[in-house]
Amino acid sequence: MRNILEIRDLQVHYGGIEAVKGISLDVPEGEIVTLIGANGAGKSSTLRAIAGLVTPSAGSLSCQGEDITGKDSNLIVSRGITLVPEGRRIFPDMTVLENLKIGAYLRKDDLTDDLNWVFDLFPRLKERSWQAGGTLSGGEQQMLAVGRALMSRPKVIMMDEPSLGLAPIIVRGIFDIIKQINKQGVTVLLIEQNANMALKTADRGYVMETGRITLTGSGTELLSNEAVKAAYLGT
Amino acid sequence: MLQKNEKKAVTLRTMLAIMVLLLLVILLENISSWIPGMPAIFAPTSQLFTVLKKGAVYSLVAVSMNLLNGFTGLFSLGQAGFMLLGAYTYAILTVPMAAKDQVYYLYGGSAVKFSLVDLFQSLFGSAGFGGAVSMICAVLVGIVCAGLVAALFAALIGTPVLRLKSDYLAIATLGFAEILRAIFQWQTLGPITNGANMLKSFPTFADFNIKNAAGQVVLRLSTFVPFLLSIFCIGVIVLLIHSSYGRAFKAIRDDEVAAEAMGISLFKHKMLSFVISSFFSGVGGALFAMYVSNAQAKAFTSTMTYEILLIVVIGGIGSISGSVIGTFLYVACSEWWLRFLDAETYIGSFKVPLLRSGFRMVVFSIVIMIIVLFFSQGIMGEKELTWAGIGGLLKKLKPKKKAASAGKEG
Repeated sequence: MRNILEIRDLQVHYGGIEAVKGISLDVPEGEIVTLIGANGAGKSSTLRAIAGLVTPSAGSLSCQGEDITGKDSNLIVSRGITLVPEGRRIFPDMTVLENLKIGAYLRKDDLTDDLNWVFDLFPRLKERSWQAGGTLSGGEQQMLAVGRALMSRPKVIMMDEPSLGLAPIIVRGIFDIIKQINKQGVTVLLIEQNANMALKTADRGYVMETGRITLTGSGTELLSNEAVKAAYLGT
Repeated sequence: MLQKNEKKAVTLRTMLAIMVLLLLVILLENISSWIPGMPAIFAPTSQLFTVLKKGAVYSLVAVSMNLLNGFTGLFSLGQAGFMLLGAYTYAILTVPMAAKDQVYYLYGGSAVKFSLVDLFQSLFGSAGFGGAVSMICAVLVGIVCAGLVAALFAALIGTPVLRLKSDYLAIATLGFAEILRAIFQWQTLGPITNGANMLKSFPTFADFNIKNAAGQVVLRLSTFVPFLLSIFCIGVIVLLIHSSYGRAFKAIRDDEVAAEAMGISLFKHKMLSFVISSFFSGVGGALFAMYVSNAQAKAFTSTMTYEILLIVVIGGIGSISGSVIGTFLYVACSEWWLRFLDAETYIGSFKVPLLRSGFRMVVFSIVIMIIVLFFSQGIMGEKELTWAGIGGLLKKLKPKKKAASAGKEG
């Protein structure tokens, strides 16, 4: 399968601190790829570098063969790569509908179909479309964050810990949605602490430790790997 | 979702309300000359009209500040500086050639060898209808230039200044305004800015009063004109806020990181908001110069910025109608309703204690402290005055709600 996203020897520095120490990974088109690892392993920095929020100090990023290393976030969004940021980060003082429209900010065409698509995925958002984003519950805010990202009609959606701070039943719902989005043709790059859920959902997994990728494999392979079990699954 | 028809009806009703309001202003201004024996409050010199004129000018500046502070989340304190630029640009460009020697007498005339007034008079004539056309053109072009100069300066300082965040941005813009104030009083620039002396004799609001051949005022328009200009500019800002740019501004205010992740270019949009806000501050400055009939750098102190900031806070940060209501309340209190506190008052032979010159400001400060402590959301919070809202209020209270001058569309 063709790789929609290719990362080669990516390094990210914050001042003198090296957060990502040269990683390479591939995201094949139409798959769910997950990146698991402990806090501070460099997962979020990797996503932020892809999204153009931080400039990588070395290495290259390419999307469908086009080099996107160090490009501005608006260019990256317009190339079809959208980030659902960690901690949801919806716009609290704007209505649900406004939040969704902001997701499509770079698009100039008609949004009706996409709004209906998002409202089909998350009927709850339709009910609350006139409510301020900040008044939603945590789970609803996560739905809104995902819906907002989908409004840019992405080819790749990157999610930074979508299960953070949510009840297990809500987390299951979110993962169902991720699978559903993926079936509709969107490639997913997922960061998770909830390794069990993530590896069960993903086609392929990468394990990151202190800025490096230490293990690669299909989701099921990693689930049965002893080292992964010991470190992340608690069994 | 709002239906198209409903939206149209709201727009139509808003337009109608603005027309009615403008007609009311004309009526109010002229009623004392049309019907003799009206109470003194309707006399053209009454404080009512001071409040209305100053209110119209200040609401524009307050709304432009709100665009930046309330809708884009950039805490800037440069308003007085941009007003100064606007006021001076307008004044320098519109002082008539005939008046220049007298205005610039200390510097032996002005270095600016043209005047918009004379320019248009040579095109349309200087008397009668042609004179009116050339005056209107000169004033409008002057005002637009005032806005453009302010916007240009905003674009120049925006690149370094907008990289700063919150308090630092406030300090930098405040400093910019103070530097401008000093530069405009600099002797060397005298032939252009008239140094520390005031610029005057340029067209003011009073020049819009229609006079007959004998020089008597037939129709007063000196309050109507600031209302018209201010409503037009506020209307443009309201349209901007409701556009997709406005949404991007609000997104930046709410969460910069998320906004950037959505592909919104932070710097470009901050710059856009800063330049547009400064443009309208410049226009507001020109209107202020027309209102006080002079332009003088020492009037545009940081106190003026604080005054406007206060209005924005009282009205509600992030509410256009709040800013407008806040402006009129603030101006009415400071110029009119609380004036009695400054006058020494005797009831019989008893002198009412505390009432003396300056006491007004004490009471004012206390009122403001109460507002900030207990009503930190301001009058409107982040809400806008909407037709539905007014309807609900009417049903509840049946009060006579005077429609705020603009920006009440929801």
